[in-house]
Amino acid sequence: MSVLAPGSLDTDGFWGMISEGRTAIRRISAFDPSQFRSQVAGEIDFDPAAMGLSHREARRLDRASMLAVVCARRAVEQAGLDHSLDPARLGVSVGNAVGSATSIEQEYVVLSDGGAEWFVDQTYQSPHLFDYFTPGSIAREVAQTVGAEGPVGVVSAGCTSGIDSLGHAATLIAEGSADVMLAGATDAPVTPIAVACFDAIRATTPNNDDPAGAARPFDRRRNGFAIAEGAAMLVLEDLEHARERGIPVLGEIAGYGTTCNAYHMTGLTAEGDEMTRAIDQALAEARVSAESIDYVNAHGSGTRQNDLHETSAIKRSLGQYAYQVPISSIKSMVGHSLGAIGSIEVAACLLALQHSLIPPTANLKEPDPKCDLDYVPLAAREAALRTVLTIGSGFGGFQSAMVLRKVDL
Amino acid sequence: MSPTGCAVTGIDVIAPTGLTLDEYWGRTCRGESGIRVIDDFDGRYHNALAGVIPDFVAQKHLPGRLITQTDRVTQLALVAADRALIDSGVDLDQRDPYDCAVVTSNATGGFEFSHREMQRLWTQGRESVSVYQCFAWFYAVNTGQISIRHRLRGPGSVLVAEQAGGLDALGHARRNIRRGRCSMVVAGGMESSFDPWGWVSHQASGNLTPARDPVEGYLPFSPAANGYVPGEGGAMLILEADDAVEPGRGYGHIVGYASGFNPRNDPAYTRPLRRVIEAALAEAELSATDVDVVFADAAGTRADDAGEALALAETFGPYGIPVAAPKSGTGRLMAGAGAVDIVCALLALRDNVIPPAVHVQSTDLPIDLVCETARKTPLNTALVLARGAGGFVSALVLRK
Amino acid sequence: MLTNDQLRETMIASAGEDESINLDDEFATRPFTELGFDSLALLETCANLKRSYGIEVPDELLWEFSTPEELVRWVNGTES
Repeated sequence: MSVLAPGSLDTDGFWGMISEGRTAIRRISAFDPSQFRSQVAGEIDFDPAAMGLSHREARRLDRASMLAVVCARRAVEQAGLDHSLDPARLGVSVGNAVGSATSIEQEYVVLSDGGAEWFVDQTYQSPHLFDYFTPGSIAREVAQTVGAEGPVGVVSAGCTSGIDSLGHAATLIAEGSADVMLAGATDAPVTPIAVACFDAIRATTPNNDDPAGAARPFDRRRNGFAIAEGAAMLVLEDLEHARERGIPVLGEIAGYGTTCNAYHMTGLTAEGDEMTRAIDQALAEARVSAESIDYVNAHGSGTRQNDLHETSAIKRSLGQYAYQVPISSIKSMVGHSLGAIGSIEVAACLLALQHSLIPPTANLKEPDPKCDLDYVPLAAREAALRTVLTIGSGFGGFQSAMVLRKVDL
Repeated sequence: MSPTGCAVTGIDVIAPTGLTLDEYWGRTCRGESGIRVIDDFDGRYHNALAGVIPDFVAQKHLPGRLITQTDRVTQLALVAADRALIDSGVDLDQRDPYDCAVVTSNATGGFEFSHREMQRLWTQGRESVSVYQCFAWFYAVNTGQISIRHRLRGPGSVLVAEQAGGLDALGHARRNIRRGRCSMVVAGGMESSFDPWGWVSHQASGNLTPARDPVEGYLPFSPAANGYVPGEGGAMLILEADDAVEPGRGYGHIVGYASGFNPRNDPAYTRPLRRVIEAALAEAELSATDVDVVFADAAGTRADDAGEALALAETFGPYGIPVAAPKSGTGRLMAGAGAVDIVCALLALRDNVIPPAVHVQSTDLPIDLVCETARKTPLNTALVLARGAGGFVSALVLRK
Repeated sequence: MLTNDQLRETMIASAGEDESINLDDEFATRPFTELGFDSLALLETCANLKRSYGIEVPDELLWEFSTPEELVRWVNGTES
């Protein structure tokens, strides 16, 4: 697996950051954010050349594609995939919520001359505009980089895309449509239109004077998430297939569930019954009881509404045990990278399993009395971990959950 | 996993050739075209031909509240879903909401809505951006809005693979049913992005026909093929578990599906397309000789047409099977295309008729293309193909 | 000054108009929730009040108003 998240440039750096409780949220540098309500974000100091991308790739690709391609190449290298694999048995699944939003907006500004012309001027069109227009290009780019001929596509279920993409890939392997899936998610939404649209609904934090302390999941002072960019790609294969290849196994996707709340495009139901159902499905598919969950990686976006909703859903799924299980939100540190974060959080879960360490919820200094579970505030906690749960919630009403498990070698 | 397929019990189409299913099917069988010069642009752009839905008035179908917060593409998707549900006769009050899901495909989002909001942002500042922008523009919006409107809480999803995405959505909906995740799915694809910014983005594919006369544009498999025409529209279908559908109800069964990818920028590399055809047929426990008609992807560019014809000739023998290209009458609908082709194929099976390719007189490729007039012939099994820009390939098998 | 009629027009422009929502003469005293105004519709209404009339409703007060009448009273009280 490979992660690119704010504050670091590789998987080790990512784990170092979140296990030490450091936050990467800062004042936006991608553009001048002065006019915006929320002026902070999780950004990656991404230098395409240093990341091994060619000059042409750097010119051609939107940032979301670049992040995905870099992660894909690293993950494939770690997994030791080589040409002995039948390309027809290799597939790609990329989760993504807002496509090539950054490039689309940059192109728009040029072709419309700063918004002045409704009838944009084709003279200034980039040759890569069609790729930005259709997010399938992100999966295509990853698939071409490994020569995949199996099932390839983008899963775009808003902010649960990162979990759903992995759930989809695991299903394709289970049903026999592929032996190996290169799967994960990417999003690069730190661009004015995305910042503005979350400003409009007050979903992002206005804590501009304290970027590092801006995202405060489960804290009574919380006031929204910090938008972010990021990507994670993982190599999934049937357990036996991996054992035959004799490579280290980082963990197992044991169960997956997803529902729609069918309630509101941005709102959440008070009780969180739909998220409860997604969790229950994931537990059932993994054939584990609530009590065997050693850690819950929360959606923990840090909006007023989400953290209450999620706390309720966890209680409804795990019962009394909800008061014992450690829960944390890494969005306090790396922000909310929309469609990507679900895969980044799965990677965080696998790293937690590997290191027997639970990353904390940063900035949680004044607990909200209504969020009355154990959110592992401020400092990481050592714990014997076998089975962990990650959950996500997104616009459109999507609720998803995934159970990850340590694999005995 | 259930060994059976799943049944299609409700369908609806909104296409350049018809605002209703009956109108679409009638015009499709008569070989009529919905392609015309897109007049809004006053000739200012390189390309001019589009498959435009001429008379869609959202206010006639949807509450004002929904119209304010949605792009045209979502309005089309909501209306098609409403009508497909009615067509199916499914009584949602009698269903467990968690047993019913929505799976859609869309490749360009709520593009016009987003265009308007970007213009506001860049000319009037961030406070002028609509609160609805945060979800009106993204690819998941249609699944979300349909699920809310009909209270469908099952495993919803959104798959994007450009023009292949429509088949993938139906294939995935069937997967959900076969795996027992739910027993009913609203599934389909919808596309609409013909505001000026969307139009220029379509042009950027580089494969649009330069023709300005509909008779000369988008001529798949023709020696005169010179590029494609983009269109707007799509279809929604209701899928149900076979065992929940009494005999005689519904339009047919989805019995096989597979998807793959061509990683080479070379349409003559036919292995991925051949392989998905074989895999879809294998899943259906059918052989090539069981197929009565192929609904082709029909790219409309010479190299892509030749590649598809080659794959078909390799699989079915040269001129070995009737090939339909009805999308020549609507243009290429991106995510909407696969869903519309499936509806078209189901109606073809029902009426034992293969609709003709529109404006295509003949082909010089080794396929039996049905052109000029519809062909009456007994049909039991149809294969639907789709290819998405960049290399996506999908195949889906339908049985009467 | 903000009149009930001005607020009504702004509300309709912000959320859309349909038969399920009746902003009749009695609308001002009915709760926003009963009028079908969710948080998004209310946020859009306030954004449009600023655009059209220069009236700024602070975020922290937004959820304090349960009816249109309370909002109008606050606006007029603040300005006078």
